[in-house]
Formats: sequence, C-alpha cells, structure tokens
Amino acid sequence: MKLVTAVIKPFKLDDVKDALKAAGSAGITVSEVRGFGRQGGHTETYRGAEYKIDFVPKVSLQVVVDDADVDSIVEAITTSAATGKIGDGKIWVTDVDRIIRIRTGEEGGDAV
Amino acid sequence: MKLITAVIKPFKLDDVKDALKAIDVTGITVSEVRGFGRQGGHTETYRGAEYKIDFVPKVSLATVVDASRVDDVVDTIAKSAATGKIGDGKIWVTDVDRVVRIRTGEEGPEAI
Amino acid sequence: MIALDSGHTAWVLMSAALVLFMTPGLAFFYGGMVRSKNMLGMLMQNIFAMGLVSTIWAIVGFSLVFGDSGNGWIGNFDFLFLADVNNLDGDIPGMALVAFQMMFAVITPALITGATADRLKFGSYAVLIGFWSLLVYIPAAKWVFNGWLLDMGALDFAGGTAIHINAGVAALAVVIVIGNRKGHGTVAMPPHNLPLTMLGTGILWFGWIGFNAGSGLAADGVAAQALVNTHLAAATGMLGWLLVEKLKAGHATTLGAASGAVAGLVAITPCAGFVGGPAPLIIGAAAGVLCFLALGIKEKMNWDDSLDVIAVHLIGGIVGTLLLGFFADTAINGEFDGVFYGGGLELLKDQFVAAIVVGVFSFVVTFALAKIIDSTMGLRIDEEAELRGLDQSQHAESAYTS
Repeated sequence: MKLVTAVIKPFKLDDVKDALKAAGSAGITVSEVRGFGRQGGHTETYRGAEYKIDFVPKVSLQVVVDDADVDSIVEAITTSAATGKIGDGKIWVTDVDRIIRIRTGEEGGDAV
Repeated sequence: MKLITAVIKPFKLDDVKDALKAIDVTGITVSEVRGFGRQGGHTETYRGAEYKIDFVPKVSLATVVDASRVDDVVDTIAKSAATGKIGDGKIWVTDVDRVVRIRTGEEGPEAI
Repeated sequence: MIALDSGHTAWVLMSAALVLFMTPGLAFFYGGMVRSKNMLGMLMQNIFAMGLVSTIWAIVGFSLVFGDSGNGWIGNFDFLFLADVNNLDGDIPGMALVAFQMMFAVITPALITGATADRLKFGSYAVLIGFWSLLVYIPAAKWVFNGWLLDMGALDFAGGTAIHINAGVAALAVVIVIGNRKGHGTVAMPPHNLPLTMLGTGILWFGWIGFNAGSGLAADGVAAQALVNTHLAAATGMLGWLLVEKLKAGHATTLGAASGAVAGLVAITPCAGFVGGPAPLIIGAAAGVLCFLALGIKEKMNWDDSLDVIAVHLIGGIVGTLLLGFFADTAINGEFDGVFYGGGLELLKDQFVAAIVVGVFSFVVTFALAKIIDSTMGLRIDEEAELRGLDQSQHAESAYTS
C-alpha cells in the first residue's frame, strides 16, 4: 500500500480529480496549502510598501493506492496537473504500513 | 529520498523559511493545522463561559530532500523553530519511494 | 428664546445617527488592515470608545465644551449629567446638539487606534482615551467650535483641527512613547482582510455625510452644499491617490482606493460648508496625492504608525485646514473669503494659527499622558502577548474559529 501525495496548482484540481476518477481511484483528500519551489513567490503592494510573498497558494492531494496502481496514478496526476509552466508542483510516494476503513474496520486492499 | 514533516509555531515560519533557503532547500509546502501536544491548549471566554481550546494553531511544513541531506535539514529546522518554550513542535522523517516533478516528468534527485 | 425648527432638528438627529455609524465603520476599516490575530483587539478598541466616551460626554464633556462660562478656553459645569441642556438658545433642542457632538467625541480618540495597532494594552487604552477625552479633546473642541480660535476668525466647519489634526498628532505622540511593533520593518505584516476594509470605507463615507452636512446644525442650502462637497472630495481623493499610486508603485490597489477616499473626506471636513464650485474637487484630489506622498514620512522617521493615521488624518487635516484659507467663499456661506476669493491672507493666517495651536497642544498633553500611563500601568503588552496577538492575550477570544 502506498500513499501518493501531490502538490499542484489550485486551478488544476478539477482536471486531476477527473483523471484520478478515470484511473479508478476511489477517493482523494485535498487541502489548501501554500508553498514555494523554484517558482519563488510574487510581490504585493500595500500603501506603497512592497511585500515579497514567498508562499504561493497550492492544493495538496493525497490518495492511498495498491502498490500495483502507483504507476498509473502518478502518471494520471502528472499528465493532468501539468501546464508546462514553472510551479506545476511535485508528487511523492511513501510507504503505508496499514490502512483501515473506519466504518467497517476492513484493512488492507479492501479498505482502499 | 526522504520526506521531512515539521509542525511548528506559526510565527516561526518566516525564520524557518529563511534558514531553509540559506541551506538551499528549494521548496517547501506549508499548511495551517491545529494540534495539541504537551503544551495543552489555552482558554477562551465567551459570555462568561470558559472554553478550553485544546487545539492550538500550528503550521505544518513538508519538504522532500535527498537522504544525504536529512540531518542538515532537520537540524536547521530544529534550530530555527526553537523558542525554548513548551509547544515548539515536532519533526519527523519518512521514506519516499518516488518523487516526480509534474512539469517535466523528471524523477528522483533531479525532481527535488 | 428662538422657536425650534422641526426640519433642522430632524436633520441633526439623523446626522447624529450617521456619525455614530462611522465608529464601527472605522473599526472594520482598521480591522481589515491588521493581522488576523489582532482583529478583535482592533474592533474592541473602537467599539469600546462608544461606551466610555459617551459616558464621559454625558457626565461632564458636553458641559465643559458648551457650558456658557463666558471665556473662550473651557466651559463650565452647568450641564453636568446633561441637566438643563434644553435651556441652550437655538432653533434645535440642546439635546440634539448633545447627541450630534457626542458622536464626534466618540470617534476622535478611536482614530488613534490605527497608529498603535497590535501592541496597546487594553486597560491602558481605556485609561488613555478617558483622560485624553477630558484633557485634549474637550479643550480643543471648545476652542474650535465654541471658543477663542473661533472668535479669532479660524474656520473649521466639521472638525479638521479639533478632530483630524488633533487625533493625528496624538497618534504620533503615542507611537513615540509605545515604540514599534515587534518585527516592524523585517517581518511582512500585510492586511488580513481587505474586503472588510472596503466595507468599512463604505460605512465611513456614508456616515461622513452626517458628520459634515450636519455640522451647520440646519437643514438648509449650506447643508446640501456640504453634503455634495463631502461626496466629491471623497471621489477625487480616491482618484488622486490611485493616480500617484499607479505611477509610483505600479498598481491601483483596493487599499489605495479606500485610503484615498478617506483622505479626501478628512480634508473636506473643515471646508465642507464654506467652499463651492471646483474647490471640493481640488481639495479632495490634493489630499489624495499629498496623503499618499506622506506615507514616506513614517519610514524616514522610523515611526511605526501602523495604519497611517499620520499620513491620512494629520496630513489630510492640515491640507483641508490650510486650503480653506484659499478656497473659502462668502457666496457659499457668508463668513470669510479666502485668498482666491479676494479675502487676502487674513483667513489663511488664522487657519495656520489654529492648526499649530491644536497640534502643539495635542502633542504636548498626549505625550505627557502616554508617558505617565506607560510608567505606571505600562502602555504596551509584553512580547509573548504580542506574538499571540491582542485577541487571545487581551480578550481571551479568537476572531476566526472553525
């Protein structure tokens, strides 16, 4: 079982969601985050004073998948979240030791 | 490849960001979270009724780094986020199997 | 005894309500500009002024400004607890004057809170504005509205000196005593909710109609002129600010539009019932441009006037008070002609004297008052409280809970 985490551009969330559904993903969790990568931030001006805003709004999404599905899920996110412009974000994959569906208590592959 | 997650005091975020930039960490993702640890919470009063607020606002930050840099990055976060008072937060490190840069599709260390 | 005029009375009562609404408007204008952890603290300081200053006004304030003492410096105790105020001669009831002037007394100390944002201890704030109302606002209001500066010939239709210069200078004095916010100049402190600032601007603009057009204490042609002047100065204040902001900083911003409109409103306040023709357009635009340029003062002097009370209220008040010396027109309201209407330098000189007198008086007394409070109860919250924010440290509440 693997946890796939992606940090993407917020306006790409709908595309990514559709692509994940099409790839057979049964559920994702998203949150609003801020981040900086190579993109750097931007500048805002309040009453003539400039503020460098390092952190750009992003959406973070998480999906737990079977080992066998990792490649197709990562592929689906990469394809659907890419704009080709700087700041498209990152995906990382980490191990999951256990997974439980809370309602039923099912574990493992059945709980995904 | 390792994922470093830290939960810190919100007002320390700028210090931590600057410290991480200074050691060439090229990207971090932050989100506003609430947590309780040994600090416990604080008390708020509304129309005479006291509410114990167990969950204190915190900032969670995540960064994926090469395994060789883990100690350096963890030390930097620990040093820059510390105030010496209760509630400074925690840092943990997890394994990452894969990392992908969405724009280019690059994987591994190049994607960081 | 003059017969009461129901039209005048109705308009002054209505105007009192309009001016009352400005203080919560100011609370949101300022509140949107502070960081989210200080939102309730800012709202509280403004709303609290409605409670404390109204009480002081009823007990002694009105009497000390409008009690007929026979001198131009301070009133007397004839109207203590608002006794016998309807004995005041005029075509509106004395109680209508009490109500209208009470709202002015409330908002004036509240203006100071923008300069000391994020670090003023609540209890000390309460003591500060209580004594400030008694020792600074009441004398200044007496001199300007009912005393020696008025007798000398200085004009102030609705409070350019007594309110805006007075509060602006007081803000500076308190900022010097209390010091800068922790992290000032190094940590970014952008506004947390500009939509609320825009809402507050709308409320201020709306309420200012009563502030200025009510100040003639009559529903007449001067009131109509003052209303239109007020609105037009806000309009060109916004345009002037946005123009220089776009040229100098690259973008026309919402905070700039809000600030420019308020700058125009401040500047037209002393002039509202004395000028006409193109004057309100020019006065508003001048305030928008000059107040924007005045933002640099605090950087140069390292004063952490957090929400620009000096640039907007002090400079705006000076701009309006002095421009009245040029634009006053007896055709509008038969009092004095300014430089541009053949009146010579007489009025301009009186305006200058009034601005200096109120400014110096306010600075000296406010500085002494702030120093005394600072050395006894402490003006400022401690460092940890400042990091946690006013909401939790002063009030044990949070503005935004989930």
